[in-house]
Amino acid sequence: MDLSFGPEYDTFRSEVVTFLANNADKAPQGNDLRGQAAKDWQKLLIENGYTCRTIPKEFGGYGAEPDIIKSRIIAEEFSKVRVNSGLGGQGISMLVPTLLEMGTQEQKEQFIRPTIMGEMVWCQGYSEPGAGSDLAALSTAAVLDGDEWVINGQKIWTSTAHIADWIFCLVRSEPDAPKHKGISFLLFDMKTPGIEVRPLVDMTGHANFNETFFTDVRVPKHQIVGERGQGWQVANAILGHERETLAPANTAQTRINALVDLMKSETADGARLIDNPVYRDRLMKLQSKVMAMRFNELRVLSARLNPGQDPGLSRMITKLEGTELRHDLEGLAIDVMGEIGLAYEDNPYLRGSGSWQREYMFYLGLIIGGGTSQIQKNIISERGLGMPREPKFEKAS
Amino acid sequence: MQFGLSEEQILLRDNVNRFLDDNSPLDRVRLYADGGDDADIWAGLAELGVPALLVPEEQGGIGLSPLDAAIVAECLGAHIAPTPFLGTAVMAPTALVASGGDHDELLAGIAAGTQRVGVAFSEAIKRRNDARVEVRGERMFGKSLFAFDAEADSYLVADQHKHLHLISASDPGLKRTHLTTVDKTRRTVELTYNNVEAQCISTDSSVFDATLDIGRVAIAADTLGAAQSMLDQAVEYAKQREQFNRPIGSFQAVKHMCAEMAAQLEPCRSMVWFAGHALAELPDEGRITACHTKAHLAEVAQFVAKTATEVHGGMGFTDLVGLHYWFKRCGANRQWLGAPEFVRQEAAVLQGIVSD
Repeated sequence: MDLSFGPEYDTFRSEVVTFLANNADKAPQGNDLRGQAAKDWQKLLIENGYTCRTIPKEFGGYGAEPDIIKSRIIAEEFSKVRVNSGLGGQGISMLVPTLLEMGTQEQKEQFIRPTIMGEMVWCQGYSEPGAGSDLAALSTAAVLDGDEWVINGQKIWTSTAHIADWIFCLVRSEPDAPKHKGISFLLFDMKTPGIEVRPLVDMTGHANFNETFFTDVRVPKHQIVGERGQGWQVANAILGHERETLAPANTAQTRINALVDLMKSETADGARLIDNPVYRDRLMKLQSKVMAMRFNELRVLSARLNPGQDPGLSRMITKLEGTELRHDLEGLAIDVMGEIGLAYEDNPYLRGSGSWQREYMFYLGLIIGGGTSQIQKNIISERGLGMPREPKFEKAS
Repeated sequence: MQFGLSEEQILLRDNVNRFLDDNSPLDRVRLYADGGDDADIWAGLAELGVPALLVPEEQGGIGLSPLDAAIVAECLGAHIAPTPFLGTAVMAPTALVASGGDHDELLAGIAAGTQRVGVAFSEAIKRRNDARVEVRGERMFGKSLFAFDAEADSYLVADQHKHLHLISASDPGLKRTHLTTVDKTRRTVELTYNNVEAQCISTDSSVFDATLDIGRVAIAADTLGAAQSMLDQAVEYAKQREQFNRPIGSFQAVKHMCAEMAAQLEPCRSMVWFAGHALAELPDEGRITACHTKAHLAEVAQFVAKTATEVHGGMGFTDLVGLHYWFKRCGANRQWLGAPEFVRQEAAVLQGIVSD
């Protein structure tokens, strides 16, 4: 057991702290993907190696060797001072790593730089009305006609489709192949004729995602990542990684610290909420869980750094446990505030800029999205515990 | 950076597990539960160095760390082994060493496996009923409840001021009465003190705290082992047992129960490791982590014990399968050295979130 990262990393951490002290005022507020302030901040972060750190310089990144400890230090320090850690979105978090792994040289040159600089916003066309948890059952059709794919079908839950420039999309190109082998991974411009985007308002009151319809959308043949029929492997190259990072423990730690502060400052009948033994015990219970998840994450990190170390099920359970924990944590904040916990939008009694309600709902979304909790339990029991799969149910024809 | 067990620690774990597989299977535990003793198990563990783990080398011990003690505790919990480990090998050496006094002889006896030291701490943690320990001069009066273990040669007794005293089990003023509990894998006793000779070894509350903290981490580790074993047994049963022409483990209703147990239990392993490590290496975090680990393992194990029993269906409820021994071990660990609500309150006080 050795929890020190060593002097090299202590130096690195103090560099990050100094950078934040000198520059945090330039960071944009919120999660605006399109504003100039966000792009300027992104440029500054890339130049200093605090985002897009391992993306090669020739594609506009910082070009550092992968170093999970440095990545972790950056995440920890930005989270501590609650400063925007650079542009997010599915283009940067999912497409860029996919292209780096599976894309052609031309694709890397064409797409990576504008994507990480915030000039090109992407949306992800995966889920369909008939293909949610069973994603490989997707049916949006791509038929080759000369040098073009002709696409017909519908996607759903397409986050940011209403502002996206391009889409990376899973389509069924080989209708006669087994379902996992008939899928291709295509890239195309959202301005292509035949695309219609309809916003879907979610429970937060905002339209964070959309329904996207394709009618005879024509896409140049070469805009495919990987080979025909290889789309499932291309998509899965990074899907597992996305799950692990949905609810990191250091953010849960930041939130529970904020909850302690809230319970110290808010009162009921003039008494501090923290002095109510029932509320306090609920808080302490969650603090135990946050602590357990922090140590679980140390184990995940350690297994990456020390090949051969058995990670057990520590990676497999993070999506399920992490998202449920955040939902519970935000929910406790609402509970202890009583009616004030219901405040939303322009309510003058709003606490924490409305973040408690917003995150409470957002994390319910994440319990469902990225593979529902029930799918996670299938994965844990079947792949983790080696339990038998559900017998296949053959559709009556 | 390496968060996990060293090669030596994995070897220690494998050796203890192998010994317990052979020498403390369920049938052997049943003999103890029916009134037998644990002498051969403890003697075998002494040959492996288990009682000597925390005794410094100068006193004939091995001088290992709280994390090593937690690793052994996990093995003992997994095998629901009847041993005096918690008092004799974990709490007593910690108190004796931390007290700074000369206890060479007793420590050497502990290390050799010839001296068993029990622990009576309940009255300093949460006093129940009319139990109370009073020491006047060097004489002890009053009563302790649920002291462990029942066959100790001497006891480490904490009074209301968190002062620690050693008493001999053969003192004529001591009455020792077996208190039957649901947990038949370890025995607890009532100690009645009528003018018992008490050797005060510490009036420093930090010695009491250090002893309590390591005891709590060891209990949490024992709970981890017991709960993991229950989960493993449930998964195995669900793979074998067939109903409606298929293994019941293929039904999501059943496999999701197992996934929920695994998902809650997996972070507990990292938590126990960290807690053991922190006691020796991270003084700022040690106490709080020990409290949270004790409380959290109690909560997760309560869920696992119930759910694993349910996965076994009616068989889980029978004595035939014997799963109830693990169920009750988890239940006893939950109450020993502080129930979760009280321990969480301590965690809050330690952080300065609330005053005592």
